[in-house]
Amino acid sequence: MINLTIDDKQIEVAEGATVLEAARKLNIDIPTLCHDPRLKPYGACRLCIVEIGGMAKPVTSCTTPATNGMVVKTNTAKLYRLRKTTVELLLSDHPNDCMTCIGTGDCKLQELAYAYGIRENRFQGAMRDHNRVDVNPFITREQNKCVMCGLCVRVCEEVQGVGAIGYAERGFEAKVIPPFGHDLKCEFCGQCVSVCPTGALSGRLWSGKPRMAGVKFTDTTCTYCGCGCNITLRSTGDQVIRIDSKPDSHNRGWLCVKGRFGFEFINSADRLTTPLIRRQKGGEFEQATWDEAYDYVAKRLSEIKDKHGADALGGLCSARCTNEENYLFQKMFRARIGTNNVDHCARY
Amino acid sequence: MNDGIVVNVCMGTGGIAAGGDMVMQEFIKEFETAGVKNATVKEKCRLHKVGCRGFCARDVLVDITVDGQVSTYQYIQPEMVKRLVQEHVLGAKPITEWLVGDDYHVFHDNQTKRVLADLGKIDPESIEEYLGVDGYKAAEKTLTTMKPEEVIQVVKDSGLRGRGGGGFPTGVKWSFCAANKADQRYIICNADEGDPGAFMDRSVVEGNPHAVIEGMIIGAYAIGASVGYVYIRAEYPLAVDRLRLALKHAEERGFLGKKLFGTDFSLKIKVKLGAGAFVCGEETALIASIEGERGMPRAKPPFPANKGLWGKPTIINNVETFANIPQIMNKGAAWYASIGSEKSKGTKVIALTGKIKNTGLIEIPMGMPLKDIIFKVGGGIEGNKLFKAVQTGGPSGGCIPQQFIDLPVDYEGLASVGSMMGSGGMVVLDETDCMVNISKFFLQFTQSESCGKCVPCRIGTKRLLEILTRITEGEGKEGDIELLQQLAEDVRDSSLCGLGMSAPNPVISTIKYFRHEYEAHIKHKKCPAKVCNKLLTFFIREDMCVGCGMCAKACSVNAISGEKKQPHKINNSMCIQCGSCFDACKFSAVLKE
Repeated sequence: MINLTIDDKQIEVAEGATVLEAARKLNIDIPTLCHDPRLKPYGACRLCIVEIGGMAKPVTSCTTPATNGMVVKTNTAKLYRLRKTTVELLLSDHPNDCMTCIGTGDCKLQELAYAYGIRENRFQGAMRDHNRVDVNPFITREQNKCVMCGLCVRVCEEVQGVGAIGYAERGFEAKVIPPFGHDLKCEFCGQCVSVCPTGALSGRLWSGKPRMAGVKFTDTTCTYCGCGCNITLRSTGDQVIRIDSKPDSHNRGWLCVKGRFGFEFINSADRLTTPLIRRQKGGEFEQATWDEAYDYVAKRLSEIKDKHGADALGGLCSARCTNEENYLFQKMFRARIGTNNVDHCARY
Repeated sequence: MNDGIVVNVCMGTGGIAAGGDMVMQEFIKEFETAGVKNATVKEKCRLHKVGCRGFCARDVLVDITVDGQVSTYQYIQPEMVKRLVQEHVLGAKPITEWLVGDDYHVFHDNQTKRVLADLGKIDPESIEEYLGVDGYKAAEKTLTTMKPEEVIQVVKDSGLRGRGGGGFPTGVKWSFCAANKADQRYIICNADEGDPGAFMDRSVVEGNPHAVIEGMIIGAYAIGASVGYVYIRAEYPLAVDRLRLALKHAEERGFLGKKLFGTDFSLKIKVKLGAGAFVCGEETALIASIEGERGMPRAKPPFPANKGLWGKPTIINNVETFANIPQIMNKGAAWYASIGSEKSKGTKVIALTGKIKNTGLIEIPMGMPLKDIIFKVGGGIEGNKLFKAVQTGGPSGGCIPQQFIDLPVDYEGLASVGSMMGSGGMVVLDETDCMVNISKFFLQFTQSESCGKCVPCRIGTKRLLEILTRITEGEGKEGDIELLQQLAEDVRDSSLCGLGMSAPNPVISTIKYFRHEYEAHIKHKKCPAKVCNKLLTFFIREDMCVGCGMCAKACSVNAISGEKKQPHKINNSMCIQCGSCFDACKFSAVLKE
């Protein structure tokens, strides 16, 4: 174990822990923009800088490993000045259109601007101009709001293993783009959207929908597959407007394209709301209650089994069920109906 | 070597650009027609291509040695070769009017050449010539008689410090790397020389590539690396070719490959071309580039000596650092440390440019006073103008004013006045240079070469440049100097890598020493050095103007009028201060105030 002192407080951390992790353990608030504990440290935003005894210059706490006897200061006048300048520089190349920005209320840059009280900007100057029109149905990019934290690039590479985006150009013109600057052509998992600290990346489906005011958050489980990712529905009235996932969930906040963007069926007019039974070959589907449906299925299964034997029946189960449901399903077929004709869609 | 005739033609990039290749061809042709058969046969007459000796401004330089008597010619062009061969080679009578003058000898005599000693003397494309100057003796001695830790100790004792800019003690760095337990270590030679105006690494690789390779062999042995890389800019095609040739020759001779010099030590050296990013000279960005990633630096620690290429302990040293190693091993640490200053030992190669008489590549003992470099080696300021300042350390160095003319040039000396050694660039400025403009010029470079990763460097340098630009265009505001100072300090203190940390140096140092020039630009809207056109008024002296009309022709906004052969006039309300008329006038009749 490693012992160090942060802001006059002692803390013990495991070997390999960073100074930032140690400080967070002490509930010391160090601002970050490019840091995500689920990804490798990057050290680009320079907000988490701290002063460490024996080091000539401030260093980023997210990248610096804690060592024994280290004496760390996280909140000196000098650090405040440097952080404020950094935030001010970011804002000097930012549209600052928070009134109409999709990220408002959920934006780290906005919080930082507020925390450092930046109303006037000493560094007003040229701004990047990305004339981009994306046509993909899932992800909207407003790249002049990009702070180049690199979270999207890293999540795509480190978590998703796709590497659909990377950096191009140098200096002030540096930017994150797909190869050759084309529109996104990826699997649209939206992990990049989930980690973006500003309004630079957002879901197309959320556009124009309420941001924070009047929005209800409901924790639930994704129904798409047996993984059962934890999701949080954002809704207003009876409309689900957005889905995200918390980083402390068992799926660490990561979702797939279906879980994140495939929620329009919830309020769709085409959605089935009751069971349907087709009573005769070639006949129409008729609406039924669940009891009617269950009774009908049980009756037909019994009839077929009596007439043709249990092996005339077969069951195909779904990946959208949980492990427990799939277990019960095969048990019903093997133990109750008496056939081994049972399989699962994931095998095809 | 004393017998017969030896002709050396300078064939570095500078020499070739000045026509060295054609001069060489001409010599071969003339030798043949003159009946000097087998021009390259040793016994009779040897024709050599040699690397840069540092005085490219005088290229093509040709040495003709007859019976040990060396005569050096400057500005030689192909059509002059015939006479050289007739009169000097065959007639043994030097052509005095083409010989170099005293300034050439003053330039060289005030230097102490170690790294550059064999440049301009040996043929870089011949391993025999390198062997002829005790080449690979140091590697053989080191590998066969010394233990790796002894090698590191010798390098430590020599006091050699990294010549790429950081100035970190090389032996100490090697010992950090060797202390790691690892199944694989790497040694990398950083030949990604990117500072504008710096060409010491290129010249060394072009002129004596085997010295660098030998240094790498010794380094690799000391730290236990079996694979080495030379990361070299693709913009240096000649250096790349000669390096590859040298590696091939060294492999053929068994100096590289398996079981070197009969020991169990093996080393393979690969060449990796840089794709043109200045920031790839930063070691972590360089490593990323070799790994196939975008060249962007990462935070240190961990340092490459502990976790470098592919996560393995890695040593990265600069070309000049490696080129020093064979001599240290041959002649000993005490010899090496015998010159230099207290904390900076040995010599430093410097690219001397700017408003100075003798521009070129020089090698001086560490600690030589600035004034000796400028006024002895450099021969003083061009055109008898007044010395104003010297900018050292490349685009991210600082400007050192006249008052520090006695400053010893070493790592500590330069740092004490807010500049740095860097890779050894030195740009001399005279009274006609505007310091605000100089500062803007260097910022332009660093700003566009920032990798864009960290905020202070990406946006901060852009804002610094914008403020400087507006000052030079007469739009400077009250408080701009203070704003520049604050932002420059913040960018310096919070950037990720050396590029951002040092990029504000030109701003900080020029404000410190030349604040009055900034004030003149901002408060009085004047450029004291008459450089910033937007702050100048152009007019034509009637008594000087001959009415040739060149100025009117050059003017893009038709602001100049006048009858032919009559004095012309500039309409200042139309003038956009582009300065074209000033450049166009052959009679110095256009003035600016």
